Amino acid sequence: MALTWTIWISMLGAVGVYLAGPGNPARCRWIALMASVAGCVAALVGASQVGVNSELVTLVRVPWVKILGIEFHLAADGVSVVLVLLTGVAAVAGILFSWNVSLRANEFFALYLLLITGVYGVFLSFDLFQFFAFYELAIVPKYFLIAIWGSTRREYGAMKLALYSFIGSALVLVGVLAVYLSSGTSSFDLVRLADSGVPAAVQTWAFPLVFVGFAILAGMWPFHTWAPTGHVAAPTAASMLLAGVVMKLGAYGALRVGMMVMPQGAMLWAPAVATLATVGIVSAALVALVQQDFKFVIGYSSVSHMGFVLLGLAAANPRGVSGAVLQMFSHGVIAGLLFGVVGRMVYDRTHTRELTLLEGLGLARALPFAAVTFTLASVASMGLPGFSGFVAEMQVLTGAWQAYPIAALAAGVGVVLAVAFTLRVLQKAFLGPATTVTPEDATPITTPEKLGAFLLLGTSLWVGLYPKLLLDWIDGGLGSPAFATMRKVLGWP
Amino acid sequence: MAMNYLELARLTLAEAIVVVTALVVLGVDLKLGAATALGIRRGWACGLGVVGCVVAVAWLGVGAPAGSVAGGMLVSDALTRWVKMVLLGLTVGTLLLSGRSTFSVHVGEYVAVLLLGLVGMLLIAGTENVLVLFLALELASVSLYILVGFNKRDPRGTEAALKYFLFGGMAGAFLLFGLSLIYGATGAIEFRAIALKLSTAGLSPLLMVGLVMVLVGLGFKVAAVPFHFWAPDAYQGAPTPAASFIAAGSKVAAFFILAKLTVVAFPAVAGYWNWSQIAPGWTPLLALVSAVSMVVGNLAALTQRNVKRLLAYSAVAHAGYVLMALVEGKTLGLFAVTFYAVTYAITALGAFGVVSLVEAGTGGSDWEHFRGLSQKAPGLALCFGIFVLSLAGIPPLAGFFGKFYLFLVAMSVGGGNYGLLWLVGLGAATTCVSFFYYLRLLKVVFVEGPEGESKPWPKGGIEFATVAVAAVGVVAIGCLPGWVLGPLQNALVAAGF
Amino acid sequence: MNIPWLSVLMLVPLLLGTLVACWPRSAASGVRRIALASHVLVLGLVLWVGVEFDVANGALQFVERRAWVPTLGVEYHLGLDGLGLVSVLLAAAVPLLAAAVSDRVAAGRESLYYGLLLLLEAGLMGTFTALNFFHWFLFWELSLVPAYLLVRFFGGPGAGAAAFQFFVYTMVGSVTLLLGFLALRVAGGTFDFIELARLGKSGQLAQGLAAAVPRLGLDISGEMLTRGVFLGVLLGFAVKVPIWPFHTWLPSTYTEAPAPVTMVLTGVMSKMGVYGLLRVALPIFPDQFRELQGPLLLLALATVIFPALAALVQRDLKRVLAYSSINHLGYCLLGAFVLTPGAAGADWVESAAAPALNGVLLQMLNHGLTAATLFAAVELFERRTGGIRRLDQFGGLRSVAPIFCGLVGISVFASLGLPGLNGFVGEFLIFRGVYAAAPWVAVLGTLGLLATAVFLLTLMQRLFHGELECPGNRFQDLDVGERFLLGVPVALMLVLGVYPDLVLRWTNLTVLGMAAGN
Repeated sequence: MALTWTIWISMLGAVGVYLAGPGNPARCRWIALMASVAGCVAALVGASQVGVNSELVTLVRVPWVKILGIEFHLAADGVSVVLVLLTGVAAVAGILFSWNVSLRANEFFALYLLLITGVYGVFLSFDLFQFFAFYELAIVPKYFLIAIWGSTRREYGAMKLALYSFIGSALVLVGVLAVYLSSGTSSFDLVRLADSGVPAAVQTWAFPLVFVGFAILAGMWPFHTWAPTGHVAAPTAASMLLAGVVMKLGAYGALRVGMMVMPQGAMLWAPAVATLATVGIVSAALVALVQQDFKFVIGYSSVSHMGFVLLGLAAANPRGVSGAVLQMFSHGVIAGLLFGVVGRMVYDRTHTRELTLLEGLGLARALPFAAVTFTLASVASMGLPGFSGFVAEMQVLTGAWQAYPIAALAAGVGVVLAVAFTLRVLQKAFLGPATTVTPEDATPITTPEKLGAFLLLGTSLWVGLYPKLLLDWIDGGLGSPAFATMRKVLGWP
Repeated sequence: MAMNYLELARLTLAEAIVVVTALVVLGVDLKLGAATALGIRRGWACGLGVVGCVVAVAWLGVGAPAGSVAGGMLVSDALTRWVKMVLLGLTVGTLLLSGRSTFSVHVGEYVAVLLLGLVGMLLIAGTENVLVLFLALELASVSLYILVGFNKRDPRGTEAALKYFLFGGMAGAFLLFGLSLIYGATGAIEFRAIALKLSTAGLSPLLMVGLVMVLVGLGFKVAAVPFHFWAPDAYQGAPTPAASFIAAGSKVAAFFILAKLTVVAFPAVAGYWNWSQIAPGWTPLLALVSAVSMVVGNLAALTQRNVKRLLAYSAVAHAGYVLMALVEGKTLGLFAVTFYAVTYAITALGAFGVVSLVEAGTGGSDWEHFRGLSQKAPGLALCFGIFVLSLAGIPPLAGFFGKFYLFLVAMSVGGGNYGLLWLVGLGAATTCVSFFYYLRLLKVVFVEGPEGESKPWPKGGIEFATVAVAAVGVVAIGCLPGWVLGPLQNALVAAGF
Repeated sequence: MNIPWLSVLMLVPLLLGTLVACWPRSAASGVRRIALASHVLVLGLVLWVGVEFDVANGALQFVERRAWVPTLGVEYHLGLDGLGLVSVLLAAAVPLLAAAVSDRVAAGRESLYYGLLLLLEAGLMGTFTALNFFHWFLFWELSLVPAYLLVRFFGGPGAGAAAFQFFVYTMVGSVTLLLGFLALRVAGGTFDFIELARLGKSGQLAQGLAAAVPRLGLDISGEMLTRGVFLGVLLGFAVKVPIWPFHTWLPSTYTEAPAPVTMVLTGVMSKMGVYGLLRVALPIFPDQFRELQGPLLLLALATVIFPALAALVQRDLKRVLAYSSINHLGYCLLGAFVLTPGAAGADWVESAAAPALNGVLLQMLNHGLTAATLFAAVELFERRTGGIRRLDQFGGLRSVAPIFCGLVGISVFASLGLPGLNGFVGEFLIFRGVYAAAPWVAVLGTLGLLATAVFLLTLMQRLFHGELECPGNRFQDLDVGERFLLGVPVALMLVLGVYPDLVLRWTNLTVLGMAAGN
């Protein structure tokens, strides 16, 4: 199955790029691009092979550590497929937006592809141990990508991000062990664990561990503070990946391990999760409203938008969860684009992200392409219809209305605030009064940047206008045998 | 019971081979004399040592019989053979790393002492008798004291050796006292006999004192808190290959015998510590020591600026993790602990190998000596990254699976009520702390640029190859833990566990 | 061949707008011509649709209906009736006039300006033809973006703040609207306006919403929740129209925006609100409208009277006209709020509802025409004064620019409702309907008429009479092209004033249907 190849291609690409040596950045870029494009193609081909039926397609299943019942088990249902596709698109775009990296280029792209490997691995893992292994594998490259190639307070940002991630995975680990031991299956197979029915008493305390552990990476308030600093410190490609796919790892884990395996715990804790998600949506939006650093605004906006994912999960009804998954995809694409514009198109040219300084540069004239791209990305990010964000947020709000109407109303406030801060940053950064000051280095937007922008914008627009494309997969995935127990416990039709 | 000397000879043949090798090394070195170039003498000494170890491994792997003499004074079963092979292999690694060290001209003596220490460890692994255990421990310890102080011109090394010796002597005394108390309580010196007696006699205050004292003695060997004070100084002061021997080989032996005592000798007085319910006994002691080791080791490591000291405190922390699984007190604990000790030993050996090469290249093991290593010696830095990440427990490296298994075993204690969850939680929390210093160390290596003009990096030949093999091993065991787990499991089963 | 006319109406400006926006800056001179041709083309298409429109059929025509996202209840559902036709006509005509007077405003950035204008037109077309909430909302929101950018890029010195306020205010309304419709979808299981109206009339929506009450954890009844949803939806339209007191964004936006953009804002975008009220809110929430008729009428009255009073004291030409716009839309609201579909018998429909609704439709068209003409005149005025438009700096212009003053004068009189001109008919019909339903409102509403007359006449007096005063360049009269530009709409005002049946014959059946509540 082609989906398996996403992992191997990225891994081989990482090795290949590393061996290309530091002396020839161009070669590294091309190898990395080819690997990521190949991964993306493999994802597309694989996705078409999985189809939209409610089934769980096993890709690889071999015993791994027999005494513990650990298997190397790659499989895919519609939910995995959607996120694998996201990873494919985000990976290609990230490389296109880091075409100007020349410092230690081989290491940069090797770590980049290693991170992608881990991400693909998580999305396709159906063995809990393997899932966890890939999950942790994705954390380490992030640290180096930020610490070596980052900008503002990069070492602080990188360390904070890594520690938060590891704290999250420590929580998950404890929960995972409890699940394994209490299920009585002697197997780490996610579906078997889910079907075996972890005792309710264990779910009561193991679910919050697992969910919070994963949700830290998804930027759940109040554990979100790593996200803005990490995003700001990260180099463009890393912040694109961070917001684009890594935060999705957390959300996906919360769904796949937290909710799927422990639905009773999910039911019990859903009100708390919904509360935190809503507070996150609103508070992060408020904070974003007063930031002076361009990237901080986008960073907090990511936290706010990820709040919708968590809210959708907390709603725990078909529309809410489906919307949460779609929001993962949508936010991955849109946030990636926003960070691409901020980091690559603007910061690499102006060497500043201070909104007060950018305001005086009149970037709409100096960098019209960047301005247009950012405007469209802003529109998408605000959740205006036509782009993917709208459909996703609409679904989440519908789901939330069915479960927690108050949370839906509060999230509505969050949407308005999102409009306000996005518009504010758009005005300040691009639509400032055109003065005679021109940025030091207003080199025109290069072709790779344009391609990346087109790719992401096109994806968001496509999904926004024809959401059926992904919804069929998502709804099919949520109807797959993997989620059978969850559906039963949560009382889905 | 009449002693069958032929049987005895066959059972101890591996040890005998090592002893003979040590003597041959001494003889050859004497023959070559001080006139011969140091490099050649080192080559001969280390080479012979390696050959001896390999022969011993071959014997253990192919021909060594199973059996037991004098009621468990010497035991040879699949498990002990397996552990002995590991010890020999680690020693081979140490010898290969020592191949070009410049700390001493007494090459023959160095290798001989190393091999004699190895004999002590082999005996530790192969006994189920407290007296032999004590003797073997002392043999190993004395060798290690010498190795730590081997560089006589280094005041730090001398100080460390003295410290190590004084602490070690005291710990030995405690151990002996503790063992004698146990003998007093049970009238037996063999593990199984002790277990049998204890199962009827139960726990007396005297016996409890004895258990505490045994733990003091063995806790010293594994560098568990509060018996760890020698470790940082010894790791830093010792010649780096010797330090790797302490960190790798001696740890395996000590953990193995600790596990075996727990599983074979003390199950009847195990006690438990489930949340607030405590029954006094051996495992609550272990749990306590485990908890403080994890906390103290990881917190102390945060402030270290020398890589060897950092590795020492990291070793203290790892002792805590290992003891955590030992609290389980049954075969699963023995299994997990042995596996973890082996993976940890390979990792530590490799890490010290890197330190040794960096010392050769930059003249020290402080952070500034590691700064920008990734650009000066990318291969070496990559290996170091693998070792450190394995110590941190990052997949897909050996340390990840090892730690995962330890946590799993500890978690399973209490039969469904997760009585040891507090300890597992503590372990997970301190692991997060450890990420901080491991990452900071890697930051120095990978993120920061080298200072000043870069000298050409010395070629590392065999040492680098050893390190690389260890790195590959760490990755391979991490990816396919079954390769080690399978044989270990077979050995356990064959040994009757 | 069965041509999907309504899709074409939306797609043509969308594609042409994209094309124009991407036009290279170096070849900007041709852009204006292409853009104008596009607008003419769209207007032609609308007229063609008008010709094809079956006046003897009160139902929706040109219906297109395709599945889109079934799981979300999203369909591609378009249709047009009399209400839609009037709106679409405005959406084609006003941008054309705006584009025709935009050469000064767009100078230097033609492709961006004309591209955005066409995209805005596409958004308007989509809004006025969509019958499923999902893509109706899509166009409703997306028309906002080009409008925002037009204000932001081409507006006056305070355009940044004004555009921000405009966008955020509108979005607040949109979000409550969205939330309201999501609640409706959960309750009724559909996004289709027609279907929702059916459910609303039969009370099923209220029942569905009542089911959500237990989950709210609040001590409210199902009725209150339904009313809350209604108010949320209403707020969305209230901001757009705007209804007092949600109008505060409007004066600064209209003032800071360049006059041609203001033409579209007031001529068409404000009608989106009225259209939404009539097409969406009224049929879905008949009971709620009935319950809240009193307060709503008061708000409508306030919208008529207060802005008129505010306009009295304004010194900026655009600001006066901005307040005047609010005031005029207040009449539409008055008419809309007296409708309570299906309330009483045919007699009531005949005497009150149908005239009021007919009046509202006429008023939409008239105000669109008149206000757009006035703002076009403002643009021509600003061309001559270099952007100065404070009333107290001018005077006696009639002596130097008689044609300009004449045409503007007719427009002003049309605006204040002089019989014989278009404004009169609409306002008369509205007042007739309102009087039949709520006489006191009609009486108070005439106060607004009075104030309107006062400020508009003051305006004329200041500008055109007295000593000649004109800062800057000499004030030249209109040239031939400009005479044509103002002359055509003024002629239309005369025609519609004399022969309103030209419009009413298209709308009458729709109006009767809506007034009767089916």
